[in-house]
Amino acid sequence: MSKKQVSLFNDYTKGVWDQNPVFKQVLGMCPALAVTVSAMNGIAMALATTFVLVFSSFIISLIRKLIPSQVRIASYIVVIATFVTIVDLVMRAQFPELSKELGPYIPLIVVNCLILGRQEAFSSKNNPFRSVLDALGMGTGFLIALASLGAIRELFGSRSILGVQLLPDAFEPWLIMILPAGAFLTLGLMMGGLNAMILRRKRREEADILSKHIPKTYVAASEGQEV
Amino acid sequence: MELILIFVSAALVNNFVLAYFLGICPFIGVSNKLSSAFPMGLATTFVMVLTAIVTWLIYHLVLVPYNVEYLQYVSFILVVASLVQFVEMVIKKVSQPLYRALGIFLPLITTNCAILGLALFIVLKEYSFVEGIFYGVGAGAGFTLAISLMAGIREELELADVPAAFRGAPITLIVAGLLALAFMGFAGMITV
Repeated sequence: MSKKQVSLFNDYTKGVWDQNPVFKQVLGMCPALAVTVSAMNGIAMALATTFVLVFSSFIISLIRKLIPSQVRIASYIVVIATFVTIVDLVMRAQFPELSKELGPYIPLIVVNCLILGRQEAFSSKNNPFRSVLDALGMGTGFLIALASLGAIRELFGSRSILGVQLLPDAFEPWLIMILPAGAFLTLGLMMGGLNAMILRRKRREEADILSKHIPKTYVAASEGQEV
Repeated sequence: MELILIFVSAALVNNFVLAYFLGICPFIGVSNKLSSAFPMGLATTFVMVLTAIVTWLIYHLVLVPYNVEYLQYVSFILVVASLVQFVEMVIKKVSQPLYRALGIFLPLITTNCAILGLALFIVLKEYSFVEGIFYGVGAGAGFTLAISLMAGIREELELADVPAAFRGAPITLIVAGLLALAFMGFAGMITV
């Protein structure tokens, strides 16, 4: 791959993991916590958010040079609100049940700090193509986070994932998982677990580097052995 | 009596932060110190009450008569953004100390989902004008209570020996989970 391709590829992948909106940047928490009582709701919410994010990134990137910087936030919000209205109306017509379940959290995509944050940090400075890639990447990261959070809560809260029962009837569902408190606890534990994994890997890599580059005698000396 | 019920329901039973997950960003971002969390709560309450008044008027006097309810998201968010700007200007003119205390938090309030959420809930629950105001005051009080409690706990957490992986956001979320559990105790108090 040429250098340019690598950087375009990176525009997409950074949102998936390195800068995952939920786990790493702690953005878009309201919908992430509120709708993830089941995996399906999480996926629907993430797809709706991605749609809004991709289209507003595209439009805002196109008109980025026309917007005076004093009123940029207001202009971004109007563009975002327009796309949210579209999503809301389409969902109400096509998926009335899903729309009822997600309730006011669909219109609240307008104030999802993830979307506004991407406009401010990326689309307002980059061309439409790269902005769309960035938006798709962030959307994918958001989808992964919401789907996994929703799956865990659904599994322990109602014994199933995506409506398919996975745990036996003998398993008493943990009511707390589908209550608000469960959302906070699950996400907190997931984030902590991920951090622990990353920390451990980093420590192992550091140990590897040390053992490769430092002469054996030095290591031995630092461990207090006679050389 | 009805009005008091609405207030208590919004402040405690259906707390915006701990039951509806609205306003999580400032709840996690600005809850480091009690001295900044409490003013943030007050500023948010103030904007909430104004939003409740203005969006109710716009919805019932403009959007409904002209049959353009589908414009509510665009119009509400514009109202919130301009209200916040307006409040910032007024406070700057009227009281310098208050501006210095609240100033940096005001722009953040625009993207606080609790504000837009409040406007949407008032429409959804078909509250009257006065009920809407009480709902706004209650929601603001609940937000202030939650963020102040959180800040108090986090000040203590600074001194605790938290595992490295859980420092910052993870432990804050877990504490919030425990707070939400505690607030569930209010659930039996009234039913609205």
